[in-house]
Amino acid sequence: MFPAAFCVEPGASASSRLEIEWTGLFRMSDSLQRTPLYDLNLELGAKMVPFAGFEMPIQFPAGLMAEHLHTREKVGLFDVSHMGQIRIAAKSGDVKEAAAALETLVPADYVGLAAGRQRYGLLTNEEGGILDDLMVANMGHDLLVVVNAGCKVQDADRIEKALSDRCVVTRQFDRGLMALQGPAAEAALAPLCPAVKDMRFMDVIETELATATGPVKVTVSRSGYTGEDGFEIGCAGADSEKVARAILAQPDVLPIGLGARDSLRLEAGLCLYGNDIDVTTTPVEASLGWAIQKARREGGAREGGYPGAEVVLKQTCDGVSRKRVGLLVEGRAPVRAGAKLFADAEGQKEIGMVTSGAFGPSVKAPVAMGYVASEYTALDTPVFAELRGKYVPLHVRAMPFVAPGFKR
Amino acid sequence: MTTYYTKSHEWIRVDGEQATVGITAHASEELGELVFVEAKDEGTDVAAGDAAAVVESVKAASDIYAPVAGTLAGFNEALSDDPTLVGRDAEGEGWIFRMTVSNPDDLKGLLTAEQYKSL
Repeated sequence: MFPAAFCVEPGASASSRLEIEWTGLFRMSDSLQRTPLYDLNLELGAKMVPFAGFEMPIQFPAGLMAEHLHTREKVGLFDVSHMGQIRIAAKSGDVKEAAAALETLVPADYVGLAAGRQRYGLLTNEEGGILDDLMVANMGHDLLVVVNAGCKVQDADRIEKALSDRCVVTRQFDRGLMALQGPAAEAALAPLCPAVKDMRFMDVIETELATATGPVKVTVSRSGYTGEDGFEIGCAGADSEKVARAILAQPDVLPIGLGARDSLRLEAGLCLYGNDIDVTTTPVEASLGWAIQKARREGGAREGGYPGAEVVLKQTCDGVSRKRVGLLVEGRAPVRAGAKLFADAEGQKEIGMVTSGAFGPSVKAPVAMGYVASEYTALDTPVFAELRGKYVPLHVRAMPFVAPGFKR
Repeated sequence: MTTYYTKSHEWIRVDGEQATVGITAHASEELGELVFVEAKDEGTDVAAGDAAAVVESVKAASDIYAPVAGTLAGFNEALSDDPTLVGRDAEGEGWIFRMTVSNPDDLKGLLTAEQYKSL
């Protein structure tokens, strides 16, 4: 899912010393948390780095480039257990009531979300800024919410505070979560978990997964954050390693680190919370208006009714002064987060900033996303990024940069 | 010819005043496959520790510093077409730039191969 990539520092740009901050020369602090797959990650040869308060695998011995390409061509397994899993159950037992309650915090249509389906959403603040992005599944009896690692405590506090009169909010932060991503994901998972063959994009089920010591209970969604077909598998923390080992034993499955997760999600045009979206960006500015369904828009059955609704509704009608766009770089030099964007090759008129940028291994060119002034958002508009004192040409391009592989 | 090393993982191979600079095999391994390498223009004067080139992997950009003061004397153009050459032969064909050393005595302050290895 969304978040996970790792950011050196949101907004940090430019070059770093060759003491490459994320490649293992980092000193780990004792205060960092570990996921249930920590030991397995080490056994698999992971380079670990601090991310959102956790020690996480940035890459495995195959290396970022190979891991990225393997995920697009075959299938890769990602440890995303640092993300927060939260269950929301209505005291009345009616899942629609839990959905209606969550709609007071998130401008998405969850009342209309059928059992067994999940939907992306945004937690907004009173100014319409984005507190986090999340995935919400209707599990039939309650809601399963997955939020970003760095925001999970704050998110759970906010949800609990707003919903506790009507709902029971349960933090399941000790659970394991892994993403299995790539065109061969179904072939890898189906032998262990046959029910997944019948799932389509954004379906969610509770089922059993066969491990070496017998079946274990899992939640499986057909989703992810790479632009590929795939699944996210949640399970008890104690079962996580068994589940991961069973999946890794399938043909073509390689462990993949957060480094490749970041380049994969960027090519897929997906936002990294803290880089591309945060409290200073609204859903409209972030070009995430699609995450607000018709029922919650002006004239919809449940228009507004979430924090910052006035701001977002007004921006939807009147437009915004800047928007998030995809950017394809001419030439080979990557343009990174923090680079300033200009309308001209002389750097006279500043019009925005890059929020994510990397070399796209599948695109085979540098790709980026960022915010530009509204008059520069049309496809193919030329813009220029400041890079080491020069101005590099880029063009506004549609995202994703790679064709999605979802099973609709 | 003598090769010296820096704490910031550059090597410099010196023949009189002429020198060739690259990144160490260890640094190359840490960075992973490179996607872009670029040096400052030939003729640029640099002080020791000035950024003289940049190497980029998928995720990160890293500056390459001039190990000593001097004048840049050319970029390894083969890296424009194939930056992965650094990964295959960091301390040989994957050299990054040439420079003229201003004061050969400055080299005495750098690390020997043994000193670098023991870091």
